[in-house]
Amino acid sequence: MKILVAVKRVADYNVKVRAKSDNTGPDLANVKMAINPFCEIAVEEAVRLKEKGIATEIIVVSIGAQAAQEQVRTALALGADRGILITTDTDLESLAVAKCLKAVCDNESPDIVLLGKQAIDGDNNHTGQMLGALTGWAQATFASELTIDGDSATVIREVDAGLQTIQIKLPAIVTADLRLNEPRYASLPNIMKAKKKTIDSTTPADLGVDVAPRTTLLKAEPPAERKAGIKVEDVAQLVDKLKNEAKVIS
Amino acid sequence: MDFNLSDEQRAFQDAARAFAQGEMAPYAAEWDEEKIFPRDAIAAAGAMGFCGMYSPQELGGMGMSRLDASIVLEELAAACSSTAAFISIHNMATWMACTWGTEAVHSEFCEQLVVGEKLASYCLTEANAGSDAASISTKAIRDGKGTGDDYILNGGKSFISGAGSTDVLVLMARTGANDSGASGITAFAIPADLPGISYGKNESKMGWNSQPTRTISFEDVRVSAHYRLGAEGEGFKIAMKGLDGGRINIATCSIGAAQTTLNHAQQYIQERKQFGKPLAAFQALQFKLADMVTELVAARQMVRLAAFKLDNNDADKSTYCAMAKRFATDIGFQVCNEALQLHGGYGYLKEYPIERFLRDTRVHQILEGTNEIMRVIVARRILEEGATDIIR
Ligand SMILES: Cc1cc2nc3c(=O)[nH]c(=O)nc-3n(C[C@H](O)[C@H](O)[C@H](O)COP(=O)(O)OP(=O)(O)OC[C@H]3O[C@@H](n4cnc5c(N)ncnc54)[C@H](O)[C@@H]3O)c2cc1C
Ligand SMILES: Cc1cc2nc3c(=O)[nH]c(=O)nc-3n(C[C@H](O)[C@H](O)[C@H](O)COP(=O)(O)OP(=O)(O)OC[C@H]3O[C@@H](n4cnc5c(N)ncnc54)[C@H](O)[C@@H]3O)c2cc1C
Repeated sequence: MKILVAVKRVADYNVKVRAKSDNTGPDLANVKMAINPFCEIAVEEAVRLKEKGIATEIIVVSIGAQAAQEQVRTALALGADRGILITTDTDLESLAVAKCLKAVCDNESPDIVLLGKQAIDGDNNHTGQMLGALTGWAQATFASELTIDGDSATVIREVDAGLQTIQIKLPAIVTADLRLNEPRYASLPNIMKAKKKTIDSTTPADLGVDVAPRTTLLKAEPPAERKAGIKVEDVAQLVDKLKNEAKVIS
Repeated sequence: MDFNLSDEQRAFQDAARAFAQGEMAPYAAEWDEEKIFPRDAIAAAGAMGFCGMYSPQELGGMGMSRLDASIVLEELAAACSSTAAFISIHNMATWMACTWGTEAVHSEFCEQLVVGEKLASYCLTEANAGSDAASISTKAIRDGKGTGDDYILNGGKSFISGAGSTDVLVLMARTGANDSGASGITAFAIPADLPGISYGKNESKMGWNSQPTRTISFEDVRVSAHYRLGAEGEGFKIAMKGLDGGRINIATCSIGAAQTTLNHAQQYIQERKQFGKPLAAFQALQFKLADMVTELVAARQMVRLAAFKLDNNDADKSTYCAMAKRFATDIGFQVCNEALQLHGGYGYLKEYPIERFLRDTRVHQILEGTNEIMRVIVARRILEEGATDIIR
């Protein structure tokens, strides 16, 4: 069984991202970049499937600037077998990414595509669903447990009401939620081994994909500064404020 | 010349940081307070490849450069400098056993040492031989009567890190006459539990509480010759070669610790208000922070330069290692101390990690050669004719 995992290069989750002073986007100059945490969970899940003898090959793919090679390498150090890097300097929208992934699916015919449920930069939560639509394959988003039996998979999904268990036919798209697993650390020997694994480079144009943006970013602004709070005198005042000012209780 | 880390070095750094922040930082205060030697965390570090970083790959080590090892170690020290320092000593002793050990040493210890399944101590200092390490008096005498190939070990060591909790002792002892000086010293790597070896109590210390420090006594300990490292009389040279790398490691531990305290101070002075403003609004404190980061960056580069010299087997590597150790451990302690000062009274409390890093880095100015001895080494070289053209 072949697994394709998509990983995205994003600002490290520890970084406090600021807007550029001209409001044209986030200021990423000299910012530490990392693999999107949900993508890392997706990689880990694939590696566990391989360790269980279910998966035979794990291909990791990233779409973005040349520098995203670093995140592909990280995924290889975590246990993926080979990488594909689709380079472009265009700001990518979810649909463009999904189309690139569709092209890779056509070439590689994976049995499962694992993605993060969303990337922590745009928080879009689109790509997996769009890829599902483009491929026509079954999709199971927000996965917190994944079990493969033969040509189908049972997925426990995290939904607003709690947990939902569904069964899907393969090939399928699965997007990872936070509790799917806890990713391992890349060890030094595995980082060294990853250096010898191949990463094939291609471009959206070579894949026949048009990645031109469909939307225009008008302005990127920091959220309004939080105002200082006040100290209430007593419980009665607190209840009064919650009722009449905040209107969160009645 | 490229001062940027390579992609691979950044991957090492990221891996070390993730491990250290996940598996060390949350527990470091407890290890310190309760004097816990974190065997499990060290074993996990071994699985990550952190226990035999510059040991040869043929023996299961990582075969990394000293520079790469320093990048990793800094991240471990940023989480718990005491535990990182033990791991650094283990790396040094393991490298010595790998480099000069016989096949018997390799097969009995090294494969497990490089992955942290066994741990090693470095045993040079004695009660009456500290800075003057060539004056050690622990004796290893060839046994004429027994198999003839054994040594009989008598004497004692002091201040041995990890002692009592480690499995292998890398030990320097005198095989020559009492007055034979450095050339009468021989190195060994021996099982830590041979009959006749006994351990003192865990010393009560200012810092480095996550690792035991003990005296060791040797009473008629029979040591097979196959445990000898190198030839008779080479022991002091071997010990000093170990320390070249050890000094880079210890210097690195100060850098990691200082970086963490700097991070805390940078945040703290922006949050803490006095006189109606954040502390960071006072230029006196801004300048302090500016000096801290300037000196810390300089110290880190000095350490990396020394590591580079050692990796390239530069003729003056020992001088650079001594300069780096002196400078980085002084600056590292100073930065921790300034960070504590910036925290005011809170820096003195154990609620904040600053005082722990301060206590832990203090000893870096003393061990693996005191900073005075580092100056002795540097001065000896710089006074030679032409040295000012070379050491720069
Ligand atoms: C926590 C801890 C862990 C240690 N771990 C180990 C270990 O694992 N293995 C090991 O072998 N040792 C270890 N040591 C020992 C350490 O290396 C020695 O303490 C150190 O070398 C200094 O020796 P000393 O304590 O005997 O001080 P001394 O040599 O007595 O020095 C006292 C002072 O005099 C100064 N001084 C001495 N000679 C000169 C000189 N010629 N010129 C100028 N100044 C001089 C010194 O710099 C120092 O300031 C450890 C020590 C500590 C505190
Ligand atoms: C063990 C201990 C015992 C104590 N015992 C007592 C006691 O018995 N009674 C008592 O009343 N208090 C006591 N204190 C409190 C002590 O006096 C305060 O900690 C001290 O005055 C500093 O105040 P702070 O901790 O709030 O630091 P802060 O005032 O927050 O100062 C933090 C840092 O900013 C610097 N700073 C602040 N303002 C400026 C400025 N305008 N310009 C330049 N630098 C500035 C400070 O010098 C310091 O380095 C004790 C503290 C400790 C740690």
